Amino acid sequence: MSREHALNDWYAVADVPGLTRGPRKARLLGCDLRVSGQVDDPVVTDEAGHRYPAQVRYDHIWTTLGDDPRALFEIPEGEQPGRRRVPCGVVRVKCSPLRAVENFLDIAHFPFVHTDILGAEPHTEVMAYKAEIREEEDEVWATNISFYQPQAAKSAGGGITTKYAYRVHAPTTAVLYKTCPPRPEEMDVIAIFVQPRSETECDVWPWMALYDDSSEFAELVQFQQEIFLQDRSILENQRPTRLPLDPKMEIPTRADLTSIAYRRWLKRRGAYYGAMTEDA
Amino acid sequence: MSSFTLYNYVLSGNCYKVRLMAALLGVEYDTVAVDFYPGFEHRSEPMLALNPSGTLPILTADDMVLTETQAMLGWLAAKFDPTGRWYPADDPVVSGEVLQWLGVASRLTGSVGAARLHAMLDWPVDGEAVRKDALKELQGFELLLTDRVFAGQTWLVGDHPTIADIACFPYVALSPDAGLEHDGFPAIRNWLYAVRSLPGFVTMPGIHQLHELREGAHG
Ligand SMILES: [Fe+2]
Repeated sequence: MSREHALNDWYAVADVPGLTRGPRKARLLGCDLRVSGQVDDPVVTDEAGHRYPAQVRYDHIWTTLGDDPRALFEIPEGEQPGRRRVPCGVVRVKCSPLRAVENFLDIAHFPFVHTDILGAEPHTEVMAYKAEIREEEDEVWATNISFYQPQAAKSAGGGITTKYAYRVHAPTTAVLYKTCPPRPEEMDVIAIFVQPRSETECDVWPWMALYDDSSEFAELVQFQQEIFLQDRSILENQRPTRLPLDPKMEIPTRADLTSIAYRRWLKRRGAYYGAMTEDA
Repeated sequence: MSSFTLYNYVLSGNCYKVRLMAALLGVEYDTVAVDFYPGFEHRSEPMLALNPSGTLPILTADDMVLTETQAMLGWLAAKFDPTGRWYPADDPVVSGEVLQWLGVASRLTGSVGAARLHAMLDWPVDGEAVRKDALKELQGFELLLTDRVFAGQTWLVGDHPTIADIACFPYVALSPDAGLEHDGFPAIRNWLYAVRSLPGFVTMPGIHQLHELREGAHG
């Protein structure tokens, strides 16, 4: 039943720069698709030739396989003029799509996995913050997060205390709002769009919308890729492979607040694709 | 003063060889980030003008341009290691052994490196075939290393690490990125540990600092 629920979400299956180079084969929820056409008229078809809806947002081509799709989420900050929009390509990971999102939400691993970039010893303590399910929007939010980071962004000259907020508006996408070093009054937007190939394998599309006029495009992409690839080997080794959603499997620590909220939110909406539950 | 410029892609094992060798020798240098993926910038006009074969890394120093990774290691050692231990070119036998291992390193790049690009970035190669090649190369490497262990040695050549170790290290260490774990390769595991223990060692995504492993072991 878990796939049924997942069918009605939208998923990134290609990026705009990639589509301009040519068609892409994309597996989505176990279904083999072909993404072709032009950026102003992308075409998503399966092997039988059935055509699925497609739309272009956030520099990616999105599709849904369901008959009754939920609306694609809005990231209004990401579309503000003056930001540099950086699609970072796609990375394949043998892990549950939900684990990829959960890892993106986890700040406690920064000093250990992203040493000297997003965190450093001895600054390993996670300050108290707030994680909640916002009923009105039906989204997971984590706010009031602040963290010492040696190299918070390509544009950061050195160590700064960075403010973070996370937002999850669909089971396989998450957005991070983060202090923008050159413009402290603004927040950088960093997102991951996860394309579930199956319950245990996914293609991950990192995407950024930043205020940074000085870094080379290649430097921005590589900064993000370096961080994401540090996570990849850890993600591929997480056990159990699928994300456990039952409360008794949770080990509550302060750093895991967002993860707990995310898992509860998945469970209550029945988003079990890539998850383990007693009733699925 | 910076001594050379490296055209660099942060996820490339070959670029990492040069970064690692420079770090171990304590050499400062400049980097130019090249958008290998997703931009394929290494195949852009300006990059092809610098390196017609369209590969990374590229090393420039003074009027010289090097485009072969193993040559960069040799140049770095010859130029910046006054002891001559990293690239012992004086003794023909030792020198021959080092060069022999550089050939092994090229095969590791062609097999493990390709399997890794396929697993990570969906590179358009026959995934099954390169993975099989990669496994065969790792098994062969394990046997060669086991001979070294029986000879009472830690490093590939002689009793000091050489450019041979640095040339072979990245793609052996990165094979788990392609789903090829080190569990069945005890000699490889010990040798990886030894390389990681070298003073000045630096990491790349997929290759961690030793102290992280140690801390992980006792929680
Ligand atoms: Fe991470």
